[in-house]
Amino acid sequence: MFKKLAISAVAALTLSAGGAMAAGAAGHVEDVDFSFEGPFGTFDQNQLQRGLKVYTQVCAACHGMQYVPFRTLSDEGGPQLPADQMRAYAAQYEVYDAEIDDFRAALPTDHFPMSALENAPDLSMMAKARAGFHGPYGTGMAQLFKGMGGPEYIYSLLTGYTGETKEEAGTTLYENKAFPGGWIAMAPPLYGEDVEFDDGHINTIESQSEDVSAFLMWAAEPKMMARKQAGLTGVIFLTVLTVLLYLTNKRIWAPIKRKDVA
Amino acid sequence: MSGIPHDHYEPQSNGAKWLHRRLPIVGLMYDTLMLPTPKNLNWMWIWGIVLTFCLVLQIVTGIVLVMHYTPHVDMAFASVEHIMRNVNGGHMIRYLHMNGASLFFFAVYLHIFRGLYYGSYKAPREVTWIIGMLIYLLMMGTAFMGYVLPWGQMSFWGATVITGLFGAIPFIGEPIQTWLLGGPAVDNATLTRFFSLHYLLPFVIAALVAVHIWAFHTTGNNNPTGVEVRRGSKAEAEKDTVPFWPYFVIKDLFALALIMVIFFAVVGFMPNYLGHPDNYVEANPLVTPSHIVPEWYFLPFYAILRAFDDTVWIVQLAGFLTGGIIDAKFFGVLAMFGAIVVMALAPWLDTSSVRSGRYRPMFKWWFALLVVDFMVLMWVGAMPAEGIYPVIALIGSAYWFAYFLIILPLLGVIEKPLAQPDTIEADFDAHYPKKAGDAGQAAAAPAE
Repeated sequence: MFKKLAISAVAALTLSAGGAMAAGAAGHVEDVDFSFEGPFGTFDQNQLQRGLKVYTQVCAACHGMQYVPFRTLSDEGGPQLPADQMRAYAAQYEVYDAEIDDFRAALPTDHFPMSALENAPDLSMMAKARAGFHGPYGTGMAQLFKGMGGPEYIYSLLTGYTGETKEEAGTTLYENKAFPGGWIAMAPPLYGEDVEFDDGHINTIESQSEDVSAFLMWAAEPKMMARKQAGLTGVIFLTVLTVLLYLTNKRIWAPIKRKDVA
Repeated sequence: MSGIPHDHYEPQSNGAKWLHRRLPIVGLMYDTLMLPTPKNLNWMWIWGIVLTFCLVLQIVTGIVLVMHYTPHVDMAFASVEHIMRNVNGGHMIRYLHMNGASLFFFAVYLHIFRGLYYGSYKAPREVTWIIGMLIYLLMMGTAFMGYVLPWGQMSFWGATVITGLFGAIPFIGEPIQTWLLGGPAVDNATLTRFFSLHYLLPFVIAALVAVHIWAFHTTGNNNPTGVEVRRGSKAEAEKDTVPFWPYFVIKDLFALALIMVIFFAVVGFMPNYLGHPDNYVEANPLVTPSHIVPEWYFLPFYAILRAFDDTVWIVQLAGFLTGGIIDAKFFGVLAMFGAIVVMALAPWLDTSSVRSGRYRPMFKWWFALLVVDFMVLMWVGAMPAEGIYPVIALIGSAYWFAYFLIILPLLGVIEKPLAQPDTIEADFDAHYPKKAGDAGQAAAAPAE
């Protein structure tokens, strides 16, 4: 019976993930080995800090992150900027304050600004709002084994430009291998060596793309490490409880089933 | 309460007698907990406890979420992000609630198919079955409205598509749709009423669950043999049953703990696996997602809804006969609700006198096919309606109706059932043979 249950559970889980599968002519998405994958994966603090720098110097020109407060840059399980650096970082931005009816330097409690361009989507949840992996055949198996693929999609998008362009209705479109449909309005944002890191970390286009994808994953899911910790604790305690209940159940039923009590 | 003879609560102390004379609440609890339960129940009888747990989990996490959520089109999406980022433990509460809905439906489907296989819907348990179906319908309504609350893209467009179904009803459809939405389109009025009802319906479900339990405590549980517990005397009944406490309480809790291990792994390690990425984009009435899909637990019925387009002869026939009043869209709606109605009518459609599928050699295969059919419909419901998929959906939908409307009534006539055990005790003893010299009577006492 347990076998049957297990089979039906797996079947239902995989089938059901069909719902999680976004359709459309999906582009090609590379599977990147991020440090935060799997039940025990954690964010790489240095990588998040590098990603923040790429975001600040490149992405932020057009995109916003309106759901992310500056103070969380110092939170545990994130880039963990020291408090003074986080304050200095926030102060680079100007925000409108209704109380004084004027702009002022941003405080840690303020959020990142919204997108500057109307057609540049907000990046706060972008790493969760896209699925890089699909199917096969709507079964959801790819997502079960590789993850949803949000950060992989961002990485593939940033590295997927072919260099081809075309004009359509007065807009320049750029060919991109990862973008559904193949043509995207965003010009290639990274070319390699766009950002200089303080520690001299390599800044190829691939490396920078990985860093900023990891950072956006953190922005989308800042409590990921706490969540995995809670999940793991839950699994361990519940496993112990399950074993105890199994033994209790076995012992209680032994006389009914005419078995010897161990 | 139960028709099965068993010991009832006898107040001992003066205080207990005083209370019992005025409010027999202890007696009610005693009788509920000590209900004689067939001792041969297998692992498919655990889902009731899992479902009860799900209801409590959803209500408790839901009440906490309400403390931080704002039902307004401009603030709903941001307030959910506020819960995810700023509320202490908010991300866990929200993910528990989100995935709790999936566990709820996973369990209810296994619970329903258990009932279908072992004939739990048959006399005298029709009322239990019908109430169960009502609970299931309310669950679907509650889950649908709950999915709208985060105000993501799929929330908005799912609400638009599903409320549009009511618009397909001839003549009165449009006023009904407007009344449901509180306006011409999904907007703030829709969000606030869905929020209100999403809070209310779980308590209606809780009340129906109490009635559901009351009903089957009156008839007694079904069991894998489908043979009734003997009720001639207490001694006879005790050979077929054991009290619910401690035997089944502990067994069910063990199963629940095991399921919780898996549930916590999903919540902790892949909480968005069953969700849709588009719902992390705020609702935008101006941008339609390329592919609108409901949550996984609605997919089989969504597939039935979409299966009947105007190329299907039965749809054309219905349109011809009604002078175009029943068009393809309305037919699809009728088919979707009809799929649940025929399931609810199973007690009267199944003509076999044998309850359990275990002793029905032909039924077994048709039932297995129904399970496969359900999975196929779930899968095809997530696929775009193009190419081969509508054909598969149509075949799957046809089988769903054929199973209830043709196969169940016919099987009772043409099938030759296998021999059933005389008693539950006989079946149990066949699994757990008596030891030499064992009178079999010592069994009723719990282990030290």
